[in-house]
Amino acid sequence: MALCVDIRKKMGSFQLEIQFEAGNEALALLGASGCGKSTALKCIAGILTPDQGKISLDGAVLFDSAAGVNLPPQKRRVGYLFQQYALFPNMTVRQNIAAAVPKRRERTAAADILLHRFHLAEAADLKPRQLSGGQQQRTALARILAARPRAILLDEPLSALDSFLQRQLELELAETLDQFSGTVLWVSHNRGEAFRNCRRVCVLDNGRSQKIRTMEELFRSPDTEAAARLCGCENYVEAIPIESAVFLPEWGVTLDCGRPVPAEICKAGIRAHHVTIAGSTSPGAFPCAVSRVIQDLSSTVVLLRPENSLPGAPPLRMELDQTAWSTAEDKDHIWISIRPEDLLLLK
Amino acid sequence: MDWYPLYNSIRIAAISTAAVFFLGIAAAHWIIKLPSPVKGLLDVVLTLPLVLPPTVVGWLLLVLLGPKRPLGAWAQEILGVKLVMTWWSAVFASVVVAFPLMYRTARGAFESFDRDLTDAGRTLGRSNAWVFWHVQMPVCRQGILAGAVLAFARALGEYGATSMIAGYTPGRTATISTTVYQLWRSNDGAGTLKWVLVNVSLSAVFLLTVNLLETRQRGGGR
Repeated sequence: MALCVDIRKKMGSFQLEIQFEAGNEALALLGASGCGKSTALKCIAGILTPDQGKISLDGAVLFDSAAGVNLPPQKRRVGYLFQQYALFPNMTVRQNIAAAVPKRRERTAAADILLHRFHLAEAADLKPRQLSGGQQQRTALARILAARPRAILLDEPLSALDSFLQRQLELELAETLDQFSGTVLWVSHNRGEAFRNCRRVCVLDNGRSQKIRTMEELFRSPDTEAAARLCGCENYVEAIPIESAVFLPEWGVTLDCGRPVPAEICKAGIRAHHVTIAGSTSPGAFPCAVSRVIQDLSSTVVLLRPENSLPGAPPLRMELDQTAWSTAEDKDHIWISIRPEDLLLLK
Repeated sequence: MDWYPLYNSIRIAAISTAAVFFLGIAAAHWIIKLPSPVKGLLDVVLTLPLVLPPTVVGWLLLVLLGPKRPLGAWAQEILGVKLVMTWWSAVFASVVVAFPLMYRTARGAFESFDRDLTDAGRTLGRSNAWVFWHVQMPVCRQGILAGAVLAFARALGEYGATSMIAGYTPGRTATISTTVYQLWRSNDGAGTLKWVLVNVSLSAVFLLTVNLLETRQRGGGR
């Protein structure tokens, strides 16, 4: 049983092309802001209509442009956790939850069970604006479960909160979702949040979905710049493959990759903490001028300018231990090296 | 003293407000879903009575409803009722001039209504109508109430279009505003003052009630 999505939608000059298949799992939809994540979720929930394609859930067709099927949101049984929760402000917590119970005579009993399960019994008669952030999220989740959904969509569920509350609510959310047996789509732009809560991930790059991978795979070897950015990689530079090495014209260096480089590679990504200080005689080391040093909370960030750089080339960002930097001999000119396996080759 | 103008004014204002309440909400609800060029055009048409001089509205209504016009003649022949120069003719005038106030305030309230609430209700399995009546209307209550109050006040004070389409017949079509004008024109200073005082007190009582209701609502809402 699964959620299968294959849709296209044009919005002005923006083209959304989403294709993935999720089982009974929590799948992360990871993408930078404005890449169409919310639009994709709204298409699945039936709030927006795609131009073309097909959406099915547990074998039931929710949308099929070819067959002219477009179920209204009411018939899709897809729960949607809105960023700001979208609790009905005129109703109490109890009324909010009861409103989602399909059968009228089960409303009171079902709402009572959920109120207890989500530790909301004491807040049952409060209005949403009187609730804490945690209570609001719990009410929203209880309300979604009251409607007995087959899939739950989370639209950046923690983005509206400060970081302390974020951590706490993330745990609560994860616990609730562990008990849910259907598909969960977790939309996020935060790699840590996705990594902690989902095993597999679908990256959205400017409206286009990429192949689903496991989280570990994505972090170990992101294959596009968008994926690498989401993994927190800081340095990107143009690359020209030469057998098992790449020439980086902007920096005027050739780096060994230790493996044959496919011809489609056009960029290289380097994580700042993979850049290390080396001796001038180390293999593959190249000289750089230090252009700026930034003290971070627990590390030192050094912006470097490789000596053969073209004008306008991006700086090379290096991140290292504060002690490692303080023991460096020359703080204006250093030789640095990057291990071949740390070089991310991007399409 | 003949209280007919007071009774007639309140009757006309109440009926028009009731009509405008539903018409304005329906128009606002419907128009915000339209594509923008159509929306802009219709908005102009629906708001026009707000900026037109009441005499122009009166003339247009006469053209539409007069006994020699198709609609007026039809009502006369089939229903046996006159559409002009009766007390209910003033209802037509009040509805037209009060409508934009209700429509615009309701529209403003609906436009600031969070669409996510509608979508939440729909994904939870509730019908669009349920969401409208149980969420959207209660949430927009303040704006809608404000619109109804404005509409009632405007209908109560309507003079120009009313005098053209309903005229002034004591005991039949006289309203407070037409009475004030007629008494002043016939140099009845005492009579004019009396009706002016009636009008001022009526409006003051009305506004006081509204304020009271609002504070109670705010107090009880917490």
